[in-house]
Amino acid sequence: MATTEEIRADLADIVNEVAGVDADDVQLDKSFVDDLDVDSLSMVEVVVAAEEKFGVTIPDDEVKNLKTVGDAVAYIERAQG
Amino acid sequence: MPSTRVVVTGLGTTSPVGGDVASTWQALLAGTSGISHLTDEWVEQLPVKIGGRVAVEPSEVLDRVKARRLDRSSQFAMVAADQAWADAGLEGSGLEPERLAVAVASGIGGVTTLLANYDILLEKGARRVSPLAVPMLMPNAPAANVSLKYGARAAVHAPTSACASGNEAIAMAIDLIRLGRADVVLAGGTEAAIHPLPMAAFANMMALSKTGSEEGGDPTRVSRPWDTARDGFVLGEGGAVLVLESEEHARARGAKVYAEVRGAGISNDAHDIAQPDPEGRGGTRAIKMALREGDVDPATVVHVNAHATSTPKGDIAEGLMLHAVLGEHVDRCVVTSTKSMTGHLLGGAGALEAVATVMALHDRVSPPTINLDDKDPEVDLDIPTSRRDLPEGDIVALNNSFGFGGANVAVAFGSV
Repeated sequence: MATTEEIRADLADIVNEVAGVDADDVQLDKSFVDDLDVDSLSMVEVVVAAEEKFGVTIPDDEVKNLKTVGDAVAYIERAQG
Repeated sequence: MPSTRVVVTGLGTTSPVGGDVASTWQALLAGTSGISHLTDEWVEQLPVKIGGRVAVEPSEVLDRVKARRLDRSSQFAMVAADQAWADAGLEGSGLEPERLAVAVASGIGGVTTLLANYDILLEKGARRVSPLAVPMLMPNAPAANVSLKYGARAAVHAPTSACASGNEAIAMAIDLIRLGRADVVLAGGTEAAIHPLPMAAFANMMALSKTGSEEGGDPTRVSRPWDTARDGFVLGEGGAVLVLESEEHARARGAKVYAEVRGAGISNDAHDIAQPDPEGRGGTRAIKMALREGDVDPATVVHVNAHATSTPKGDIAEGLMLHAVLGEHVDRCVVTSTKSMTGHLLGGAGALEAVATVMALHDRVSPPTINLDDKDPEVDLDIPTSRRDLPEGDIVALNNSFGFGGANVAVAFGSV
């Protein structure tokens, strides 16, 4: 099972690829919209790439609850259960 | 006659022979072909394996993250628009966004984005289809992205008339300025259709040449407008954008002026969905319209950048048009096809060739037509096989484009 840090690091690579954000800035306390400037369409791309990377399903209804990187990492950890 | 004079104050392109205007123009004057064997793995299954890829990949020029949100056709448009904007000196010029328009066309839109996402749909399922697919593939995406970049808040158009689209965008830009709807227009065309589906389709309708694709074949010799051995066009890719501006606005800001846009003519054959009228009657009307609109004396028309794509019928019809319009003066007119070097950029062709036409007037020299080893006896035109100087004095040059659907667009540029 991947550690929280491993999931964060992989997610950071995805956010870097999609939105050009420096991977080092993608930390658990950062807000996708307010801190990382990831817009709604980019967020969909991040979610879809994360589903494939981590082998989980993130329903559209859940995406709006993933405000911070930490929210997303926690969701992925639970989904991998 | 229209009272508002329209001038060209900026040029940009990324083409199969160069990544900017200077390199493209030098390659055209030197007679350098941009056609090569395609290296994509999918070419193996196709009867045509050659094409004109851009000389400089847009990924080398554009920001990576911005570029991944753009179809390749929009990437070419952005590269060309960035160059044209800088060339015209518009940055910090105080131009009001509400007076800046865009007319950037493509022939078939974001076809590679559409088909790549269809592949993903079939292979990986609906969930993996890009949420950006529609804004990337829509035909007005290149124009819309240029307007976003430069804050153009007047009209943003994407006229589509197949291979005449780029030229129609320029004709539309003239109207926008003469009707008072804009002071400056970023006008041009783009195409990124080097993909197995459009290539198979063009090959199956016998529009693409199938020669030169064999191992050891010479792709640079295949596009040969007006030559007896011509047997179809070669597909190219790329984009070009011109800055068109009211003369008053250009003078007021002290802009350099490459040429005047004298007039445009647009008509349709209503003859066949793909074949040109064999007598070129629709094209003749378009050229006459352009000269009449610009109050041009046919005796002053000394250069034509022809549509001439290297197809058996089309090249003949265009010669008939020029004879019908210019009469005896056709003997003093230097007619060339830069498609002999760039291949056919479809919706980008009219714009790239407008850049070449403007540069020809500005530098008073015509690029050659390469591969014209044995001129078709049915063609009675003065076609240079090496660069040819154009005369001094007030001269006019024509840029012709014709497209599937019967579209004919001619634009007349004048020296300044």
